[in-house]
Amino acid sequence: MSVITAGLTAGGQIEIQPTRPDDILPFIRRHPDGSWSLDLMVEGAHCGACISRIERTLLRYDGVRSARLNLSTRRLHVAWTGARDEGVALHAALEQLGYRAVAFDPERLAGKDLAREQDLLRCMAIAGFAASNVMILSISVWAGHSMGMGPGTRGLLHWLSALIALPTVAYAGRPFFTSAWRALRAGTTNMDVPISVGVLLACAMSLSETIRHAPYAYFDSAVTLLFFLLVGRYLDSRARGHARAAVERLMLLRTATVTVLAPDGTRSSLPADQVRPGAMILVAPGERIGVDGRVAMGASSLDNSLVTGESMPAQVGTGDRVYAGTLNLDGLLHVEALAVGEQTLLSEIGRLMEMAEQRRGRYVALADRVARLYAPVVHVLALATFLAWTLVMGVSWQVGLLHAVAVLIITCPCALGLAVPAVQVIASGRLMRAGVLLKSATALERLAAVDTVVFDKTGTLTIGRPELVDRDKLPREALELAAAMAAGSRHVLARGLVAACPDMPLRAGVREVPGCGLVLQTPEGEVRLGQRSWAVGGIEEDQAPHTPLPEIWLARPGRPPVVFRFEDQLRIDAAATVRKLRQQGYQVELLSGDREDVAAGVALDLGIETWRAAVMPAGKTAHLEALKRAGRHVLMVGDGLNDAPALAAAHVSASPSTAADISQTAADAVFQGQRLGAVVELLTVARQAERLVKQNMVMSIGYNVLAVPLAMLGLVTPLIAAVTMSSSSLLVVGNALRLARSRGR
Amino acid sequence: MNIIGFLIPIALILGGLGVIAFIWCLRSNQYEDLEGAAWRILDDDDDEPPADRNKPQA
Repeated sequence: MSVITAGLTAGGQIEIQPTRPDDILPFIRRHPDGSWSLDLMVEGAHCGACISRIERTLLRYDGVRSARLNLSTRRLHVAWTGARDEGVALHAALEQLGYRAVAFDPERLAGKDLAREQDLLRCMAIAGFAASNVMILSISVWAGHSMGMGPGTRGLLHWLSALIALPTVAYAGRPFFTSAWRALRAGTTNMDVPISVGVLLACAMSLSETIRHAPYAYFDSAVTLLFFLLVGRYLDSRARGHARAAVERLMLLRTATVTVLAPDGTRSSLPADQVRPGAMILVAPGERIGVDGRVAMGASSLDNSLVTGESMPAQVGTGDRVYAGTLNLDGLLHVEALAVGEQTLLSEIGRLMEMAEQRRGRYVALADRVARLYAPVVHVLALATFLAWTLVMGVSWQVGLLHAVAVLIITCPCALGLAVPAVQVIASGRLMRAGVLLKSATALERLAAVDTVVFDKTGTLTIGRPELVDRDKLPREALELAAAMAAGSRHVLARGLVAACPDMPLRAGVREVPGCGLVLQTPEGEVRLGQRSWAVGGIEEDQAPHTPLPEIWLARPGRPPVVFRFEDQLRIDAAATVRKLRQQGYQVELLSGDREDVAAGVALDLGIETWRAAVMPAGKTAHLEALKRAGRHVLMVGDGLNDAPALAAAHVSASPSTAADISQTAADAVFQGQRLGAVVELLTVARQAERLVKQNMVMSIGYNVLAVPLAMLGLVTPLIAAVTMSSSSLLVVGNALRLARSRGR
Repeated sequence: MNIIGFLIPIALILGGLGVIAFIWCLRSNQYEDLEGAAWRILDDDDDEPPADRNKPQA
């Protein structure tokens, strides 16, 4: 049986649920040849040694035919023949090696995105092949212009180019053509419209020139253009796919199955979304409750921090409402699932999020805004060129069209198409190394406009885990006894006690009283560790002053009770981060769902002047809307379920990777690790990226401004078009690379 | 000039072989795990080639 400690693990790693055979069996798949296979998401595999350790270990088992770990996606595929149950043993072997693994259904995860990315790669390969070969032929033609190549040879080379270029454009141009067609049908225009028109017209015109044995054909321009643009597209999709896969992985590791207790007493394990209302759910200590429901039997304390932001556990007993996402700390609960649809807190929060998203409106990326201006201008210029040459200068319509197409090719936003993705890929690569995953394509642009940073408290500014206060002033033996008693408990405060006095072995004979605390029978009498009213029995209720801090009492027979107070510690670099942000001119605010006095203390410690406490999810959204009306661009950093609507309402949002799933879904960026400094890095990189994107835009548009008059005058030959296009693209990519070198402090 | 009658088809065939090889790599999922491949090459022991994952899942 493979059980890994659940609850709050040291180091702020994601909380993990115990794995049961029931979690594995549904994912074992049978193949037509009678073999079995299982797909697992493996956490903690980082290098080549991990690959061979995992694969070798699994291959040693009887009947295992293949075990293959994908280090990029951390997915493991193992196939074996023989008994179905062997999958459970294989999984256990993996966890014994120290790798946490979760089973998943590959068909649910194998998304459209992967197929699209592969398609882009295929298009890129074909365009690259065609571009190089057509270019070889074109160089011969260009050389032939000055060295007296005969029209027959030139015609042959043009026909060969056409033979390569036309099928390539038809195949590799699809991503642009479909997108342009979609935009046109919706009555708008995007960057793909001028690209498609330019490429298609260039091909059609070159074909007619070839048929007429004319000296110039632009097949090389059309194909090279496609190749450069496909490189941009592929980089773009890859950077985002990476981040998405990483977030997916985090989510998957925490998707819970729930244990359903059938009326006849049998237990089965089901995904939380398949539970029917009215079903009875068993929630063991240390497990997250997977559904909204009502406690039917049992008493326990719940860690509500993901839902309400409150850091202290709440007591629940029979009849109390409980919500999905809360962590059961000490007692076994029987929970009756209530309506699993519209009435759940989760869908309430989902509705709030939707409303917020609608009000935020759809942010239009800079490149698309440029394209909206760009496309009409380009088309008007080309049309004007055509009309001026045919009507005013009186040349044949073919020559007029030739010059018009030259304008389209020169203005084709080749560098413009690379300008943004090249910077984005490098920026997201740099952020990924700093532990920040960008989820949204426009996040960088929106981050660059931020002037106000709003933090949530629990789990964002603080670690979300209480620590013992004044450890050195407490009597040593009392602390040791308490830690020894607490060693077996999952309660947040008990964990805090153990953290303060580690390495104490668990005292034998300690019993947990759900919802109250721990009891130890000693020869002198009963030792109690837990809630004030229960442990000290109300007798000495008034002797110690009440403080806002959470506390545990230790009551021993014949001795005065000892109180342990706890405080949710700030992240190590929280103060430094806030200071740095203020130095850089950002307004910093605190928006907490926690009590007034707790929030005030944190705000004071960090030097945050603007703070609000006891704010409900709707209140957070309203506050963000107010800030927005005041013309501020807000970066919201939060982690709780209660923050999710606010994250969606903010101009841009970030959440730590320990956050609730729904918050990570709503956030534009997810940062890993203990340090809040990632927020500063995020903003720094975003501003640098913004600057580089603008430089790139200016450069590529500047190229056009220089070259377009030449094209309109009919002076641009295919050679000049190829040189300007390639050099501007290289310049833009080179400029983007500066972001990788400039190391932000 | 007759030489181009040989050279151009040869260039195209060689390039075409490259594209076909690339697409074959892509289809057999060799681009799926670039990070892992970078490590596997350092492994001294011989590996079985990966089972074609497209087939059983199709």
